Amino acid sequence: MSLTNRTKVVSQKRMSFLERLYLPAIFVGMGITLKHTFMKKATIRYPEVKRPFSDIYRGRHVLKRDEQGRERCTACGLCALACPAEAITMISAERKPGEEHLYREEKYAIVYEINMLRCIYCGLCESACPKEAIFLTQKIVDSEYHREGFIYGKDKLLEPVDKDKRIDVSKRQTPEVLNFKKLPNEKHNI
Amino acid sequence: MLILVFKIVLIAVILGLSLLIAMYATLVERKFAGFIQDRLGPDRAGKWGILQPVADGVKLFFKEEYMPNAADKFLYILGPSLTMLVALLTSAVIPWGGSVTLAGKEYTLQVASSSVDILYIFAVVSMGVYGIMIGGWASNNKYALMGAVRASSQMISYELAMGLSMASVILMSGSLSMHDIVAHQQSHLWNIVYQPLAFIIFFTCALAETNRAPFDLPECEAELIGGYHTEYSAMKLGFYLFAEYINMFVSSAIMSTLFFGGYTLPFADKLHLAPNLITLLGTAFLFVKIFLFMLLFMWVRWTLPRFRYDQLMKLGWTILLPLALLNLIITGVITLL
Repeated sequence: MSLTNRTKVVSQKRMSFLERLYLPAIFVGMGITLKHTFMKKATIRYPEVKRPFSDIYRGRHVLKRDEQGRERCTACGLCALACPAEAITMISAERKPGEEHLYREEKYAIVYEINMLRCIYCGLCESACPKEAIFLTQKIVDSEYHREGFIYGKDKLLEPVDKDKRIDVSKRQTPEVLNFKKLPNEKHNI
Repeated sequence: MLILVFKIVLIAVILGLSLLIAMYATLVERKFAGFIQDRLGPDRAGKWGILQPVADGVKLFFKEEYMPNAADKFLYILGPSLTMLVALLTSAVIPWGGSVTLAGKEYTLQVASSSVDILYIFAVVSMGVYGIMIGGWASNNKYALMGAVRASSQMISYELAMGLSMASVILMSGSLSMHDIVAHQQSHLWNIVYQPLAFIIFFTCALAETNRAPFDLPECEAELIGGYHTEYSAMKLGFYLFAEYINMFVSSAIMSTLFFGGYTLPFADKLHLAPNLITLLGTAFLFVKIFLFMLLFMWVRWTLPRFRYDQLMKLGWTILLPLALLNLIITGVITLL
């Protein structure tokens, strides 16, 4: 009894004279390569042409701001805790009076760093975040000459205040996320 | 005096053309390989990668010149130089066209015409292996030595069959001069019609002589890490790689001349054009044939896998050589009758 139906009986039959000439086989092979010469090419000319990404592609991160341009992150550290690669570090600070237009919560991250070489782009930080502050985007991490450049601070992660330049993450907000936001004690998250 | 000027100009033109064609053959080869493998090939340097050979050349010039400590300094440098020299020497006797009349004087488009052109080609082509052998030996590296040994044994095995297949062509025209062979094809049909077997043998041997796949055993990357040029870098490596393409160009020229009518233009006498124009058209026609052959070389390379060493020897000694002999005997009998 055979374990699979893929077994093949191998036969060692002698090659016929025509087969031993090799030339017909060579011509067939050259026909195949010639056919491929005129076939559609698989190459995507990368910087000019980009392969379409899935809406929920997990690329480099963005730290979101709220409607009024305030940072949503409250430096709770859940993302760093959730991160299996331990790529996220942060230092929290207290919001001073007069900084209400900058930070939404009373506590904020004065330093927020993600090491893009450690990150495995699993998206657990995104799901851990209770404040809708961190999202992964379709952008790809740029190449750098030095390792230090891959440690992204707030300067690179935070989205611009300018409304037109905000990074759209609405497609990543799954029904679960949207329902969560509707809970009575999470209203502030909208 | 004028003939000297003409010859010098001709030599310069042919030298420049061989180098230019070899340069762009690298690009065409990479493009063609890409197309065969459903890729695009180089297309970043200039439009369609037109500047790629320049970039490669510049890169090779600026690479570190590395020489192994235990290498034989003199031979190490002689190797690539000899390969390049020999590759360029062969083109001297190839008739690139008929004759042009300039200021009432007639000049032939051949650098050096002699009655033993084919012998000369053989002598020079056989020298080609010296560059590889010397380079492989001087590198003092076992892979390089293996490549060199393979190159020399391959050259010996394939030169014989090549010579015999060429001999049947010589029998047909009764002359060793390239001009006579071309003239014979003008009055009769192209040699390929009479000698298809000789052509197949010659083409196979030409693949082996230029060390190109499926006979690139001296430099097979997978087993010998580049073979004879393992230890070479910078422009010395460039010379080896470049010489391969020049060899390809010259072999294509020889094949077009011996089997495909060379520079003769079919129906030339019915066109009623100026003789000089016909000569130029003939030269253009020859170059078209050469380019087609070079494409064929590349096409074969990217289709067939490399032969195993024993298969290579078996093919050379037990198949090609007897076939070439048989072909020679049959040709001899028919010419005699």
